Amino acid sequence: MSTAQTPLHKVQGMGSAHSGTQHFWHERVTAVALIPLSLWFAYVVLGLVGTSEVTALQFLAHPWNAILMGAFVCFSLWHTYLGLQVVVDDYVHTAGMKIFLLLVIRFSVIATGATCLFAIVRIAAL
Amino acid sequence: MADNPQRPLASTRPLSPHMTIYRWPVTMMTSITHRFTGVGLALGAVILAWWLVCISNGPEGWQKFHAVSDTPIGLLVLFGLTWSLIYHFLSGIRHLAWDLGYGFDKRVAERNSVIIFALSIVAALAVFAAAWTGQGGYLK
Repeated sequence: MSTAQTPLHKVQGMGSAHSGTQHFWHERVTAVALIPLSLWFAYVVLGLVGTSEVTALQFLAHPWNAILMGAFVCFSLWHTYLGLQVVVDDYVHTAGMKIFLLLVIRFSVIATGATCLFAIVRIAAL
Repeated sequence: MADNPQRPLASTRPLSPHMTIYRWPVTMMTSITHRFTGVGLALGAVILAWWLVCISNGPEGWQKFHAVSDTPIGLLVLFGLTWSLIYHFLSGIRHLAWDLGYGFDKRVAERNSVIIFALSIVAALAVFAAAWTGQGGYLK
């Protein structure tokens, strides 16, 4: 055998990160989903400029709009986490700092997403 | 240290070219800007959360958000986020095209870089001009 890799490891194709191309693939899937969702989001934000909270509440309380805003929040924060992870991977080279920053990013993204989703549900339930 | 035979060699050898030596190609600028706008949009996500919470709080919340967003600094941040989202959107589509194998030709890549920069600035200005001249607010 000319390689240190076992045949099983080779056929699994997971590499040293043990997750294969999962990160790359998730980044792309969320990016594709965000193409229509960002266009919708831009349409909504511009459509709410100069209106009142009544307009915003009524618009976001509509089930379709609440679902789309929820999807936009989930996909964009998932994409954000994957992107920020790459920034840390590229520039932070000590294991302790890397783990610390990745945890801070993960918790911040989850906290932001949970806050968004709670507000969306609250608006829809008002 | 002194008896390390590699040390004097290492210090006299030329280093491989570094970022500060290269003339910045436009494709390098677009790559850095893609990352920069991505990090900016991560902060924008926190503002999005605050915006949604403010809306859910009714009239006082709406006023609280606008008390901050309608200031010069607030508008500057919102313009920065608008441009960042448009830039990251356009540049992201190019990344997806690259994944499919398109647009790697040097001339094409440089041309597209200029197009993405120019288009993102024009589109961001157009969005703000539309909001400024009362073209927004159509969801009423």
